[in-house]
Amino acid sequence: MTQKMVILDGNEAAASVAYRLSEVIAIYPITPSSPMGEFADQWMVEGQKNIWGAVPQVVEMQSEGGAAGALHGAVQTGSLGTTFTASQGLLLMIPNMYKIAGELTPAVIHVAARTVATHALSIFGDHSDAMATRQTGFALLASNSVQEAIDLAFVAHASTLESRIPFLHFFDGFRTSHEVNKVFPLSDDDLRAMVDAACVRQHRERALSPDRPVLRGSAQNPDVFFQAREAINPFYRACPAIVQDVMDRFAKQTGRSYHLFDYFGAPDAERVVVLMGSGVGAAEEAVELLAARGEKVGLLKVRLFRPFACDAFLGVLPRTAKSIAVLDRTKEPGSIGEPLYEDVITALAEAGRGAKVIGGRYGLSSKEFTPAMVKAALDELKKNQPQNHFTVGINDDVTHTSLEYDPSFSTESPKTVRALFYGLGSDGTVGANKNSIKIIGQDTPNYAQGYFVYDSKKAGSVTVSHLRFGPEPIRSSYLIDRANFVGCHQYPFLERMDMLSRAETGATFLLNAPFGPDEVWDHVPKKVQQQIIDKKLRFFVIDGYSVAKDTGMGRRINTIMQTCFFAISGILPRDEAIAAIKHAIEQTYGKRGEAVLQRNYAAVDQTLAHLHEVKVPAKATAQFDVLPPVSDRAPEFVRNVLGKIVAGEGDELPVSAMPKDGTFPTGTAQWEKRNIALEIPVWDEVLCIQCGKCVMVCPHAVIRAKVYDGALLANAPATFKSAKPRWRELESLKYTLQVAPEDCTGCALCVEICPAKSKSEVKHKAINMVAQAPLREPESKNWEFFLGLPELSRERLSLSQVKDVQLLDPLFEFSGACAGCGETPYIKLLTQLFGDRLLIANATGCSSIYGGNLPTTPYTANGQGRGPAWSNSLFEDNAEFGMGMRLAVNHQAEYARFLVERLSNQLGDQLAHGLLTADQTKESGVAAQRERVAELKRKLAGMKTSEARDLLAVADMLVRKSVWVIGGDGWAYDIGFGGLDHVLGSGANVNLLVLDTEVYSNTGGQMSKATPRGAVAKFATGGKQNSKKDLAMEAISYGSVYVARVAMGGGDMHTLKAFREAEAHNGPSLIVAYSHCIAHGYDMVYGMNQQKSAVLSGYWPLIRYNPALRAEGKNPFQLDSRAPSMALKQYAYQEARYTMLVRSNPGAAAELLREAQDDVDRQWYVYSNRAAMPGRAKREEGAAEAQPQPVVKTGAGEGDAE
Amino acid sequence: MIDLTTQFVGLKLKNQMVVSASPLTESVDHLRRLVEAGVAAAVRPSLFEEQLTLESEALDQDLARGTDEFPEAITYFPDLLTYNTGPAGYLELIQRAKRSVAIPVIASLNGSTSGGWIRYAKEMQQAGADAIELNLYAVETDQGRSGQEVEEGFCELVRLVKSSVHVPVIVKLSPFFSAIPHMARRLDRVKADGLVLFNRFYQPDFDIETFEVVPRLQLSQPQELLLRLHWTAIIHGHVKASLAITGGVHSAEDVLKSIMAGADVAMMTSALLENGVGHATRVLEELSHWMEEHEYESVRQMLGSMSHRAVPNPGALERGNYMRVLSSYTLRPRTWRS
Repeated sequence: MTQKMVILDGNEAAASVAYRLSEVIAIYPITPSSPMGEFADQWMVEGQKNIWGAVPQVVEMQSEGGAAGALHGAVQTGSLGTTFTASQGLLLMIPNMYKIAGELTPAVIHVAARTVATHALSIFGDHSDAMATRQTGFALLASNSVQEAIDLAFVAHASTLESRIPFLHFFDGFRTSHEVNKVFPLSDDDLRAMVDAACVRQHRERALSPDRPVLRGSAQNPDVFFQAREAINPFYRACPAIVQDVMDRFAKQTGRSYHLFDYFGAPDAERVVVLMGSGVGAAEEAVELLAARGEKVGLLKVRLFRPFACDAFLGVLPRTAKSIAVLDRTKEPGSIGEPLYEDVITALAEAGRGAKVIGGRYGLSSKEFTPAMVKAALDELKKNQPQNHFTVGINDDVTHTSLEYDPSFSTESPKTVRALFYGLGSDGTVGANKNSIKIIGQDTPNYAQGYFVYDSKKAGSVTVSHLRFGPEPIRSSYLIDRANFVGCHQYPFLERMDMLSRAETGATFLLNAPFGPDEVWDHVPKKVQQQIIDKKLRFFVIDGYSVAKDTGMGRRINTIMQTCFFAISGILPRDEAIAAIKHAIEQTYGKRGEAVLQRNYAAVDQTLAHLHEVKVPAKATAQFDVLPPVSDRAPEFVRNVLGKIVAGEGDELPVSAMPKDGTFPTGTAQWEKRNIALEIPVWDEVLCIQCGKCVMVCPHAVIRAKVYDGALLANAPATFKSAKPRWRELESLKYTLQVAPEDCTGCALCVEICPAKSKSEVKHKAINMVAQAPLREPESKNWEFFLGLPELSRERLSLSQVKDVQLLDPLFEFSGACAGCGETPYIKLLTQLFGDRLLIANATGCSSIYGGNLPTTPYTANGQGRGPAWSNSLFEDNAEFGMGMRLAVNHQAEYARFLVERLSNQLGDQLAHGLLTADQTKESGVAAQRERVAELKRKLAGMKTSEARDLLAVADMLVRKSVWVIGGDGWAYDIGFGGLDHVLGSGANVNLLVLDTEVYSNTGGQMSKATPRGAVAKFATGGKQNSKKDLAMEAISYGSVYVARVAMGGGDMHTLKAFREAEAHNGPSLIVAYSHCIAHGYDMVYGMNQQKSAVLSGYWPLIRYNPALRAEGKNPFQLDSRAPSMALKQYAYQEARYTMLVRSNPGAAAELLREAQDDVDRQWYVYSNRAAMPGRAKREEGAAEAQPQPVVKTGAGEGDAE
Repeated sequence: MIDLTTQFVGLKLKNQMVVSASPLTESVDHLRRLVEAGVAAAVRPSLFEEQLTLESEALDQDLARGTDEFPEAITYFPDLLTYNTGPAGYLELIQRAKRSVAIPVIASLNGSTSGGWIRYAKEMQQAGADAIELNLYAVETDQGRSGQEVEEGFCELVRLVKSSVHVPVIVKLSPFFSAIPHMARRLDRVKADGLVLFNRFYQPDFDIETFEVVPRLQLSQPQELLLRLHWTAIIHGHVKASLAITGGVHSAEDVLKSIMAGADVAMMTSALLENGVGHATRVLEELSHWMEEHEYESVRQMLGSMSHRAVPNPGALERGNYMRVLSSYTLRPRTWRS
């Protein structure tokens, strides 16, 4: 029996079936498959049962490799198992997949198919991951829609049991995994009725058991391996028929019919497209329309790709088909063609069927794939010489593979309402739209679909919601291009993005703006006015933010704009709509308490009185127009390429515009002026004590300080401020603290950390938040002027002082990290200290996303053009990647030294000697060596020998380089721990910086082994039960590794000291840096306060372990923070990750807190004892007194955040 | 056998010792221990409507923060089954307390909206509370609002709550009324069943190193009792409502004084927090011992025995008392009275 239709996305759809048909579920987060694991974990904690009445065991592993291993073990031992993954995660499972398949063990892996990283990482969807598993022996089953993600998830689980072949069930990442659609669920009864219980029992009988012992996984020699490998053949032969049988039973039970291959279109089609995945939706629409026009076209949908059933394929391919276009959503460079194409050719050739076959690529990394592109492929087949190995959807002006297509070809049904909403992530637009879909999809007979597009910034990110509603099932698997409704939820967007180009003539335009219906017109840019007039749009305006303010909604305008949409669109009668919105609010926010409900209800009730239709004038009269995406002064590449991406027009960039090998210029974030802060800090030069703390903590490098010659102020803008420097030897100069108004995110971390308060009004500090808009123009001029001021020579500064470090140029600026990010201040500090000779290996995660996601990136160069060289390899191999960099640097430096020695006669002994014996431990030494290298290069330029040319190529390596390996705790504690440990043990001079947010932040807050006991995280819904791993102590166990545990908010001097000591240590260094994070659940303005509390409570003791001290006869272990002076609770219960458990399960929270406090006490006992041990020299002197004394060293942390 | 029984807002109590709202009355385990130690009734910690509102809003912010901003992290927390945001947890504790101990359990309520006061009072009654204490705690910062308006608001509130529940309604007062006897009478007229003297206000402190206003919660000191004794002695006998003293009750002597001033019960917390629950037993023993020594048969004999109406020189409880303290070194009462 089927149930009432529900609204689900593809991930929940697949997980809902996988969970109920599994007993052991091994999980690991990776976008876009993470929600499947999250659902499974949550359902387990809620006690939801599988169809056999038991609660499955869901366990997070340390990597996808680990998850696959656990899955292998579970299915070998007779349980029904599954896992969820994507992209590199799936690649890590491949070795186990061979094993599971080779042993004929039923298992299912559900994959939200995602691009495998090549020249760049991409989180979006294509089939490159699934295709990489073709050889493993897994069956590959493709779902083409959200409904199919449910249905074929079942087919996979049932078929694996019956065929013994493990299944990989995949659907397109984001396009299907994150698309919300109205679907039929499968009930427990449905599932029970269709699963063959006998097969489950047989699976158990084959299990490893000491009661009937067998051996599996033998090693075989040349004599038998081959034969044994072939012994499996009958199972692959039988598999397709088994799958079809399952599909037939499924059709009987549910009425939804599937085949290994399904044909759609004209029965006598001459031209056929073949494809699988979500593109099928677009293809079906195109074929339907073309066939209705009398064209003899058809679509062959692939569901079971492996084992490829030739008979079934040929059985559905019309005999009339003369030409076939096979579309692959993957790229296999160097092959004759992509996998599906090759299989189709083989199938036809083996059967002796004649047909012209061409192959093409489409939709890589979720590139749009529309009916127009399908038409282009079908049209291509009409040609006598159709282009083979084509691409569609891009403009390939390099190798000319791309097909032209007609963007005006549309298959949108006139019965479908199409609505586009432009909002900010933080304004609640997406959530409201998800609610709207539920309202329309569940409360009316309409079908509904929602798809959400986010930008790549974590702060102030733009969201575009694509909603379709209508009486017919919605299969349009592409973005809305012709909207009947466009909602602009943020007035500033009008200047920044062209949203009305997607509006149909006569569409409705709703704008949230702080203007009334009579005044708003003058505030609309000219181009937008013209679009409104030309397209005859109905124009509505609401001042959503004033309604939000009056009803206590703050910055969330979600319910207000949702109410407007229903009021204007007329999808439901107004009263019904309002009742439905309120019902949806109760469903969504009910758990959050009465006050939140009432506030939302009030917002709904007060909205309509503020919604007005605007009388559209006949002429565009605005005095201003849309802004260019980047400054005209930006470099050409930034203007022509990155600027296009900023403007949302990246799809239009041709192949020739793109770097061939993924190499991009740095220093590009400065050109993307985002203006996302409502308030920015303003300096009070009288109060300021010039301590530099604000500069140090600023996550976005928008507060900077300079000391310079006062004569330069002659040309300063009128409002440019300066003060007398508070450095004894610099008093004759001038000091300025300047804010970048258009780059600030408004996080206010700087104001919170500022220690200088007015004597007469304590709320006034040396920096204070002030409305940005009026300051934008004057402060931008001040910022420009400030940037032009010269830097103070590094040699004049004492780099061991926070106060001095503020004057160093940051080479990491304006990243897209969350406002108030706790990680970026460390990276910025790193670039200030060593940026001009820095190589960074960056693990995948937050730091690689805000560090390297297009359009613009934050790493930049100094005035001499030097700056960090940055690269990201993978998530799991970052330490090794960095070690490789170090080896390369060392080798080239050695080679350069060798050549300098060889050429010393020609270079001059003095220069050669200087180059070879340079002491580069200090800044001045590095500067002197740079000068020598410059001289060397001058000399080499005039020399013609091969050795001279070789030396020129590596000469820069004679200047000391600093190699840093940066990543989060997911990398360091979990997936990359093996490599990290190896590098620590290697002795290589590599510095590892672990930005410890104690959770997988980038993928949405899943538990890592750094997650503290008692904290709630995804995959730790009931609170983490075990204590956090002490990574620092593990590294200390080597004895030769420099180790520091730092927290900038708990000791900024300590942090600075640790960074410098780590870099100075000629061997591996590890810095574990406490990084407050949005996933901790509090307003990040208090991030540094929390860091301080973490230290004061003893939760995060500040330590340094410096092997160099051993040589001095001292104890290398230094405990730099004082004994705990506050209870753990006082620190922890400021954060929602802990208090959520107090709210949901107070008993468990109390017990975990007790244990966590015990962890802290125990850790302090160990640390303080260790710190109190005498150094070895001392111990040898007086062996009798060598007992550790539990005395705590105090008074370190000098100058810290007190 | 000394008769320690008393009546308070119509409840029959085995003695005068009531535990006032504190962490001690928060858990059922503690309550059981208090009952074993001999206390006659307990007031649960206040349910603060404002706090429920704040918590609901904070939770909403916590769950909403950062969501739907980034495709890889559409949310940051798992969706838990419940967050116990409403008064349900509080009400459940009343129910559990009622099931676990035989003494009367008094619920305490601090509301912020009239709807909230009534709704939560009803729910407390339904959960089994034997009486409801209205904690009229408000820090009035509105310059435009007069004392009279504040008082009228309080009385109206008590009237509304009284008309919505049938269990006794007790009003916990602050000491900062211009005319406490008049306020007591007004509350008496709107049928408050009991008056508790006095609330101890949250008084934030200043940290002069960090220039921050810091919360400071101090346990009551025995000397705070004097203010309570004073006003209880003045009000006793002039209102129908039962009287209770809270704040500064630390010893048997303090309990005796409270009764003599006219309080039907004496509420204790700080001394129990400082000395442990067993302190209640010692106080009750000393109380009996003192009464035995002084040949009292029941506490009723001494109820209000030193109230304004009962003392020979009521002036001692009036303004003169202040003068006396200043001049008692040189003046004897009779001398300055004549």
